[in-house]
Amino acid sequence: MSHGPYRLAQGGSGIDRDAPITFRYNGRRHTGYAGDTLASALLGNGERLIARSFKYHRPRGIYTIGSEEPGGLLTVGEGARQEPNRKAPTVTLHEGLSARSQNCWPSPRWDLMAVNGYLSALFVAGFYYKTFMRPASWWEPVYERFIRRAAGLGRLSTAPDPDSYLQADACCDVLVIGAGAAGLGAAQTAAASGARVMVVEERDWLGGQLSLAPGTVDDEPANRWIERQADALEAADNVQVLRSCVAFGLYDHGVVGLVETLAPESVDGQARARYWRLAAEQIIFATGALEQPLAFAGNDLPGVMLAHAVCGYAYRFGVAAGHQVVVVGSDDAGIGNALHLHQLGVSVAAVVDARHAGESALHESITAAGIPLHAGCLPVRAHGHAKVKALRIAPRQSEASLSDQTHSIRCDAVAVAGGWQPALHLQCHLGGRPAYDPDRDIFLPPALPPGHHHAGACGGFAGVEAAVESGRAAGSAAAVACGKSSMDSQTAVAPAADATPWGPASAWRVIAAPKGGKRFIDLQHDVTIEDIELAYREGYRSVEHLKRYTTLGMGTDQGKIANMLGLHALGMTAGVSPGEAGTTTFRPSYVPIPLGAIAGSHRGADFRPSRIAPAQRCHVEAGGRMITAGAWHRAEAYPHADETIADAVTREAGHVRRRVGIVDVSTLGKIALIGPDAAEVVNRLYVNGMKTLPPGKARYGVMLREDGLVLDDGTVARLAETRYLLTTTTAHAASVLVHIEYLLETAWPELQATVASVSDHWATFAIAGPNSREVLAALFPDEDVSNEAIPFLAVREVTYAGQPMLIMRNSYSGERAYEVYVPADYGEAMWRRALEVGKPHGLAPYGTEAMGVLRIEKGHVAGPELDGRVTTDDIGLGRMTARRKPCVGNTLRDRPGLQDPDRPRLVGLTAIDPNAPLESGALLAEPGVEGVDGLLGHVTSVCYSPACEGKIGLGLLRHGDDRHGEVIEARDPLAGVVIPIRVGPSVFVDPDGSRLHD
Amino acid sequence: MRIHCPYCGPRSHAEFTYGGDARRERPADSNPDTTWWSDHVFLRDNPRGEHQEYWQHTHGCRVWLRVTRDTATHEIGAVAIAADSSDARDNEDRQ
Repeated sequence: MSHGPYRLAQGGSGIDRDAPITFRYNGRRHTGYAGDTLASALLGNGERLIARSFKYHRPRGIYTIGSEEPGGLLTVGEGARQEPNRKAPTVTLHEGLSARSQNCWPSPRWDLMAVNGYLSALFVAGFYYKTFMRPASWWEPVYERFIRRAAGLGRLSTAPDPDSYLQADACCDVLVIGAGAAGLGAAQTAAASGARVMVVEERDWLGGQLSLAPGTVDDEPANRWIERQADALEAADNVQVLRSCVAFGLYDHGVVGLVETLAPESVDGQARARYWRLAAEQIIFATGALEQPLAFAGNDLPGVMLAHAVCGYAYRFGVAAGHQVVVVGSDDAGIGNALHLHQLGVSVAAVVDARHAGESALHESITAAGIPLHAGCLPVRAHGHAKVKALRIAPRQSEASLSDQTHSIRCDAVAVAGGWQPALHLQCHLGGRPAYDPDRDIFLPPALPPGHHHAGACGGFAGVEAAVESGRAAGSAAAVACGKSSMDSQTAVAPAADATPWGPASAWRVIAAPKGGKRFIDLQHDVTIEDIELAYREGYRSVEHLKRYTTLGMGTDQGKIANMLGLHALGMTAGVSPGEAGTTTFRPSYVPIPLGAIAGSHRGADFRPSRIAPAQRCHVEAGGRMITAGAWHRAEAYPHADETIADAVTREAGHVRRRVGIVDVSTLGKIALIGPDAAEVVNRLYVNGMKTLPPGKARYGVMLREDGLVLDDGTVARLAETRYLLTTTTAHAASVLVHIEYLLETAWPELQATVASVSDHWATFAIAGPNSREVLAALFPDEDVSNEAIPFLAVREVTYAGQPMLIMRNSYSGERAYEVYVPADYGEAMWRRALEVGKPHGLAPYGTEAMGVLRIEKGHVAGPELDGRVTTDDIGLGRMTARRKPCVGNTLRDRPGLQDPDRPRLVGLTAIDPNAPLESGALLAEPGVEGVDGLLGHVTSVCYSPACEGKIGLGLLRHGDDRHGEVIEARDPLAGVVIPIRVGPSVFVDPDGSRLHD
Repeated sequence: MRIHCPYCGPRSHAEFTYGGDARRERPADSNPDTTWWSDHVFLRDNPRGEHQEYWQHTHGCRVWLRVTRDTATHEIGAVAIAADSSDARDNEDRQ
């Protein structure tokens, strides 16, 4: 088995050399090992140039070993699973993985758009704002299309996501974010107290920085220590360790958003990821620190990498980033990587240290190891086309000025150590700003509410020992804070921080440029030092303006390793410290997370919960065409085999008028109201009189909002002295219940009454038509259903087959009709029985569309009329509500605007041409008066009326009461039609209501 | 954000519905003063800091609560059952 040209002969603590994995990269077959990331496997196979940058199409390689990766972005997966901008160091290698370069054509090596790089003098900061201004009309059709094609990163699949995702809500006592030295120390201590501990680690292995370089903890080899901690945590019942789980957002009161990757793709029901909403009593941040890059010419070439990443690839994956590595740094931690690499079998071509010879004890060891040392030198330019071939360095003359006597070192990799900055993104999500520590030249976490702790590098604790100690201290403090005694609480004390800077001075980070060299800060968005200087000259001096003008830190990596360098560059230009320059705002999410995980199962048909009425099965069996009405599924009509929907609707509506039909109205909101003061509550809720409603009777009622407009309408049935059943429209069932609960509990606490939703407890059917009484008699053979026993608006509680049921005689259709309320569990049986016993009387089901036709013919208002903007006067109910009494909305209905006589009023509309294409929403207008001046109102509801044999509708028309008999226009500008219609009363059928009372 | 429901214990804010300023004095339904009612329905303070708010535990016990919340920090202070709150009764009595 071939290793790949850059796989070291031995080593690699995280890979299993006995488990090779085959994957494809740009169509080529490559081999890696179990435990590899895509980045380590690509490096092991010698793939350096893997991507092109956003703006200049510059060659890009792998730069880091974590989610801070700015350049090594690939499209992973095929077909529907094609996912762009995956960061190679964060992709776990798996058999059959397929990855492709993006933002380049035809290949990353021969990219035609790389011409942008030669035109880079044009593409400076603000280029788009300055260039694509005129003519303005070109923006969308020309400029934007061009820019979108030229720039932009990978392409998303447009096919539906074939994978499935889980969601979880959970809580714990102590959440530890990050499982490096600090996190493991914290978890152990917190767990020992008996607290319920959760540990989340972004990588699929534990150990953090400790796992990326040789080292010791408590005199034990680091890897063994990590393993021991991990085993102990896994064995503890009160600890849950989640690997490949990123904490992407911190929210109020200890709520943290997590996404846990479960599998590369969903196979055999395996979900791909789980989205956690976790509520933690105490949170310990152990998020570590991010190594910082250096700005010198050509610092973006593939082969230039962060020093700890070069070391990590060698140590954990047995991969050499190059055969001749130059290590560049200015402190012992940085150049110490050279000794690690040397021990691991990676050939180190040179060490470049900004400090002078002898200023570090390590210089001797480096020389002793046979590694050429260039002390007192800074890197000025990396040479190469597609990858680095040499590094030019210059000796320092003073603190920052460089000699012209440059020197070139042949190399194929440059490991840059630009210092460290605590990773504070999550800690800043609550709105706090990081605090700058000028002594150590780092930003420290902002003050957070109680319950948040910091451990390790993110809290400013440098080094492994301090990390572990501060972790134990945080774990102990968190355990105590959530009421668990901790054995270690006395011994664990956070170490004091010393004042050693964590990174080089500005002039050693932003290194003076040779002629014509580009020094990159943001490798993803191609932002250079020169862009920062230009933006500053042009007046973009606030860090927030600078960010938006240059796009610094606005890529998918959010500038994790670019922002600090940018602040140093801005600081040098403006003559201030990075602390005075300030940071931009950190917002969730910390890393890009799949939207599929946020959506979970809420997509497609399950986008929201479905509400299914008890007799649903009967409607489907009867050929009902189902539609959604809010969350409900309802039958709009029951077309026969040879019928269109429109024909079926007309047939069903006509059938109700001639014989009898049954419709499922279980979706109506139903509210039970009981209590000694129930009558008073009803009287205050409805705008029309309810005091005189006796037990056993029902009444139509209208509720107002407190602002005096109509909230909803429905039936008030007084079942007994202190017991009511209120119905609401389907759409307002929830809001009316909340409205009543609010009033009872906040405004009228002195009234003794309570409400409960019984919408789901009753199945409700309306039986309507001239033969409805015969059907009712057949359905309830033991009841007296005569007009005397059950007159119009009577309510009867009956028992049938041992079950309590309700018969309410009211009518929405205008025909003699009864609503039958059946316990939900018996809804399906009762529906079937009704159709069976009703058959001799011609009973047939009708759907919501026919119901709508019948109510329009009868002039009953519904949702389209009750749109939240109408008063009772507007919809013709003024007389019903004329008697004033204290009730909700009673005062504000007197506002002048609501009493304006010019307000549109409800009218009936009849199209002169019975087949006119009249639609609801059409505008009502004065004939001959064009434009807005002619507008008089709008059409709210329209249907083809079998009773009127033509198109009719309802509408709200200014001075509508005075215009009956006139012909006006219905204008539909969308359809481009103007339809003459006659205005009339809103009731088309049986205006005196005689059919209701028979 | 979490709210401690007196009946259900600490629950996620996702279970609750915001119901507006709880310090507003609701005029009696018989009060015919349009100005007073308009102020009650339409005018809201938008304070930074401590605020008294109505929240309903909609996806729980459905109780209406009077919650003290800091609008700047989202810190939740006292949580009382709205119907038990003496303020609500006082308002009603006075009017």
